[in-house]
Amino acid sequence: MTRQGYSRRSFMHRAGSLMAASAVTAALPGMVAAMGNVTVGFIYVGPRQDFGWNQSHWDAAKKVAAIDGVTVVEQENVPETAEVEKVIQSMIELDGAKVIFGTSFGYWDSLKKMAIEYPDVLFTHIGAIWKEGDPTNVIGYRGYTEEAHYLCGIAAGRMSKTGKIGFIGSKPLYFIYNNCNGFVLGAQSVNPDITCNVVITGDWNNPVKEAETTNSLIDQGCDVIIANVDSPKVSIETAEARGVYTCGYHSDLSPLAPKGFLTGAEWNWASGAEFVEAFLAGEPYPNLKRGGFKEDMVQISPFGQAVPQEVRDEVMAAKQGFIDDTLMLYKGPLKDNQGNVILEEGEVKANSDTPFKLGVDWFVEGTVG
Amino acid sequence: MDAGDISWWSVLIAVIGGAIRVSTPYLFVSLGETLTEKSGRVNLGLEGVLVVGAMSGYATAVLTGEPWLGVLVAGLAGAALSLVHALVCSLPRVNDIAVGISLFIFGTGLAFFLGKPFINPSAPRLPDIDFAWWSSSPQVQSALKINILFIAGFILALFMAWALKTTRWGLMLRTVGDSEEAAKALGYNILRVRMLGTVAGGFLAGVGGSYLSLYFPGTWNEGLSSGQGLMAVALVIFARWDPVRCFYASLLFGGATALGPALQTVGITTNYYLYGAAPYFLTLAVLIYSSSPQKALEGAPGEVSINR
Repeated sequence: MTRQGYSRRSFMHRAGSLMAASAVTAALPGMVAAMGNVTVGFIYVGPRQDFGWNQSHWDAAKKVAAIDGVTVVEQENVPETAEVEKVIQSMIELDGAKVIFGTSFGYWDSLKKMAIEYPDVLFTHIGAIWKEGDPTNVIGYRGYTEEAHYLCGIAAGRMSKTGKIGFIGSKPLYFIYNNCNGFVLGAQSVNPDITCNVVITGDWNNPVKEAETTNSLIDQGCDVIIANVDSPKVSIETAEARGVYTCGYHSDLSPLAPKGFLTGAEWNWASGAEFVEAFLAGEPYPNLKRGGFKEDMVQISPFGQAVPQEVRDEVMAAKQGFIDDTLMLYKGPLKDNQGNVILEEGEVKANSDTPFKLGVDWFVEGTVG
Repeated sequence: MDAGDISWWSVLIAVIGGAIRVSTPYLFVSLGETLTEKSGRVNLGLEGVLVVGAMSGYATAVLTGEPWLGVLVAGLAGAALSLVHALVCSLPRVNDIAVGISLFIFGTGLAFFLGKPFINPSAPRLPDIDFAWWSSSPQVQSALKINILFIAGFILALFMAWALKTTRWGLMLRTVGDSEEAAKALGYNILRVRMLGTVAGGFLAGVGGSYLSLYFPGTWNEGLSSGQGLMAVALVIFARWDPVRCFYASLLFGGATALGPALQTVGITTNYYLYGAAPYFLTLAVLIYSSSPQKALEGAPGEVSINR
């Protein structure tokens, strides 16, 4: 019963728009042609202009909106509760959305539920945790940002004068470990002696702690800082004011630090546009998509003016290595920072080895923290 | 630890620097709350006032490019919001704790709603004064870059302590806060004094909020305040309603906030959640310490509802 649980507000809204629509179609018959358009809904957990996670999805929304005949509707600050189901329902029933992008991890259960209720609508989720048995009109996708962090690490390793770099993490989760390891391994690939101080703040968003941590890292002599928090804006601005280099995360943060910005690890959620196109054309689409540079699911920010050409070339060469699958992120000999052997000499993990990456709960050698 | 010496030295510097950087919002909110409570009212809504101050100050600075104007607007916005509290509490049989909590929720909600367009743009920051001309160490130089608001807060604390003790206005405020009967007998207008005390307290809390958004950490988003306004209210009890002790207590809370990141950067990472919780733990400890059933709170204004 799809109509159950319909809120009074949305009913009124719908009734109103029906009347308005009939009035408009009567007055302007030419507009009926526009009804062939397809509406795509984007749901964000925070403000879409946060210089961070949500902005990376907003960028994708703009790419989807650029597809011919597609209209995008958006809603910000939707909490990871039953609220998201109401938003989805209203987007489908009122706006006629045919594709829904749920851009926060915690939407997963609601998305699955609504996917059963609306089998004609395509749903996407950014956790890439779709498995056999889940509704087939759901797509899970996520990029390997550790590869982009590796490239940031190369730039950081080349630009650091002190040989110490700093990584600020939000929570001790597998992708934070992978990103940090990518950053350190990249830096060590150009400067084997480099060390990285890691601080986990414990919060997705805590500006005071992030600014304080950035100051502490700089006081310890770290001269390149990267922050894996929801909005790295505070950390980047603080580091810029202190005159040290920074790398970005999530989306393009170069305008925040005109002097010290090196490059940044960005998502490329644009595969969302491919899903929409395939879905509209009635072509098959994957239910699970993971990938790095090879699959064009991550990217790096434009280089800052501080980065010399030879470093840019080196970074771009490594990027090509990921694209050609000649550069492997995790390869032996590899130890963690407790001295445990992770990979023996000659042992290599493929960049697409998701099960291995999901199990990473250690920092590589050279990491302090 | 072979390089131990320099690390511990820099932890100390970082905690001192952090105490100065982080303490200012605590200081302003606690001074504001001291004023309000000295007049016999509690304003738990100062957390909301702080967030409204942060948002309005940031928005003003973004729109005009003038951070000091942002500080002023933040103070006025805080005063306006506290005026609501003062007016509602002037009605008979209104519980100021309940009104304060609703003001807290209203203030944060209002700030989030109106602040949406200002999350992305960057605002000019307040200037700081360099007190480390004598040192060549970059750590010391960074720790001793002191914002003018911090200095203003320090002077204000001294001034308030003096004014509460020796001026006629101070006496009037204390009398109204300590005993309504005595104030009535002296012919003071109790409601007006309380209203002024609450509005002035809101102004200070708003200024404290502008420090958050315009200096440190110097941004506006919805996670900006992690409860500083509420903790400052507990801090007032800890400081026994004494403005100068508010200053010391703010430094202590600021240092506690800075301790976690400072220790983690030197590689001491075990129990980092515990260090992160240090300021909150301190708040709890203060409240438990000050809630002894045996002795009444020294220095507590007699008319404040937590004391009745």
